[in-house]
Amino acid sequence: MAAIGQPAQEPQHLARPEEIRAVPVRHPGRWIASALVLLLIVVAVHSVATNPRFGWGTVGDYLFDARILRGLALTLELTAIAMVVGIALGVLLAVMRLSPNPLVAGTSSFYIWLFRGTPVLVQILFWSFISALYPRISLGVPFGGPELVSGNANTIITPFVAAVLALGLNEGAYMAEIVRAGILSVDEGQSEAAQALGMTRLQTMRRIVLPQAMRVIIPPTGNETISMLKTTALVSVIATQELLYSAQLIYAVNYRQIPLLLVASIWYLTVTSVLSVGQYYIERHFGRGTSRGPRMTPWQRLRMNLRYIRPPQRREEGATP
Amino acid sequence: MTDVPMLKAEAVCKRFGRLEVLQGITLEVRRGEVMCLLGPSGSGKSTFLRCINHLEKIDAGRLRVDGELVGYREEGDKLYELREADVIRKRAEIGMVFQRFNLFPHMTALENVVEAPVLVKRVPRARAAERGRELLDRVGLGDRTESYPAQLSGGQQQRVAIARALAMDPKLMLFDEPTSALDPELVGDVLDVMRRLAEAGMTMVVVTHEIGFARGAADSVVFMDAGVVVESGPPSEVFDNPRHERTRAFLSKVL
Repeated sequence: MAAIGQPAQEPQHLARPEEIRAVPVRHPGRWIASALVLLLIVVAVHSVATNPRFGWGTVGDYLFDARILRGLALTLELTAIAMVVGIALGVLLAVMRLSPNPLVAGTSSFYIWLFRGTPVLVQILFWSFISALYPRISLGVPFGGPELVSGNANTIITPFVAAVLALGLNEGAYMAEIVRAGILSVDEGQSEAAQALGMTRLQTMRRIVLPQAMRVIIPPTGNETISMLKTTALVSVIATQELLYSAQLIYAVNYRQIPLLLVASIWYLTVTSVLSVGQYYIERHFGRGTSRGPRMTPWQRLRMNLRYIRPPQRREEGATP
Repeated sequence: MTDVPMLKAEAVCKRFGRLEVLQGITLEVRRGEVMCLLGPSGSGKSTFLRCINHLEKIDAGRLRVDGELVGYREEGDKLYELREADVIRKRAEIGMVFQRFNLFPHMTALENVVEAPVLVKRVPRARAAERGRELLDRVGLGDRTESYPAQLSGGQQQRVAIARALAMDPKLMLFDEPTSALDPELVGDVLDVMRRLAEAGMTMVVVTHEIGFARGAADSVVFMDAGVVVESGPPSEVFDNPRHERTRAFLSKVL
């Protein structure tokens, strides 16, 4: 154990060898590829800018049109509500599917099978035609018991409600699988430790397992939210005036289809970009405790990288006068 | 009343499928006593430990903690399974420390310690935090309360895990190979904490390969092999004068 002469090794740090400055390998292939890609970009940009049929002037006229902005608001509203419904339902279905009770687990599997196995467009149409199946909707005791509330299906299930139901219930099936994968990713020792401390199964799930599962759940959920934003365009088929349908209503009158579709696309892209940034920060929050170093924002990381690049250069200049 | 042993096992059996992991374990741990369980891996030590707080159900025999059956209620000659709430209430009185620490990685050291008292015993958070700091201080980590488990060494993590178990004021502490996953240089700190705990009068059942610890801190040592107790007694007797051939063979390998 007692290393002899260990202090003698200390001076090694002082005798630092000369830093390596080798001639880097040349990559002619990369230069050729870069030139080709650059050429293609120039051609594409030129074509987009000079083709008058894009109607960029019209795009500018309608980008902040009140009807478009109202459609955008409805799209955001639909996305938010459908995702909230989907996530809540997803957590419930995931916990059900992991239940030891076969009927409970089976019900969850059946739900997922049904809603994942049919196109969401079909489901949207189904909900909009629900009055053909159940003309009256009532809340009460089943099998002829007393009714508490009842009403005409057509007045309860408006196109907006049909859209929310279709998108939310469909999303629940996908979220269930995402949440289940997250729960399964948490080490079994975690729930064992929680149980040994006297926590109930529900407490263990809520305080120990789900917060850790979030790290696995968040990235695909961000993906689902972005996907949902675009899927809401489908409800234009049941005359819900979200972003796409608002654009369609305008071009139905003025026949400027391309510029208005561009307006819609620009807004979809904008919201998607904002959502991606939001996702990054949510991931950062739920990733706490997973790395040894401090967690940095992209700005901090950029600054740190710049700091890394500069000092060696200065030292190099100073070392070789 | 105080004559009731803290832990009393009578012919405890446990099967996993066709594999008989425990084949009639009988032993007793009195209040304030430290018992070390030794034996080769696969001998059923850890399984027995997990049976004590009902993380595993036993198949035959009787297991009593502080005079009460674990997991069951006996009326006449019939056994009734306990409801989850009752199992949990009893589990909360038994602390457990795992080989792999199993700290909650999304919580700081202090949050790890505070979580269960607040959630299970409804202790006000401020008071639990005060007690948590005290316990972390006692295991030598008073300055690491805000660290996440990933920022702590294995030895520090295990000491947080011990503080976490102590925060529930257990009447019995179970240790499942608490130092097996640690670098050799970190083992000492954890054993020190356990030794001090034993001196303070905590009743402890420790599955371990640390013969030095068993010799110094244990009141009794039990050597298990293939699901049965081969030999038991005070450490001086079992270590210095093993009667059984299997004990002798095992000790010659680990000493």
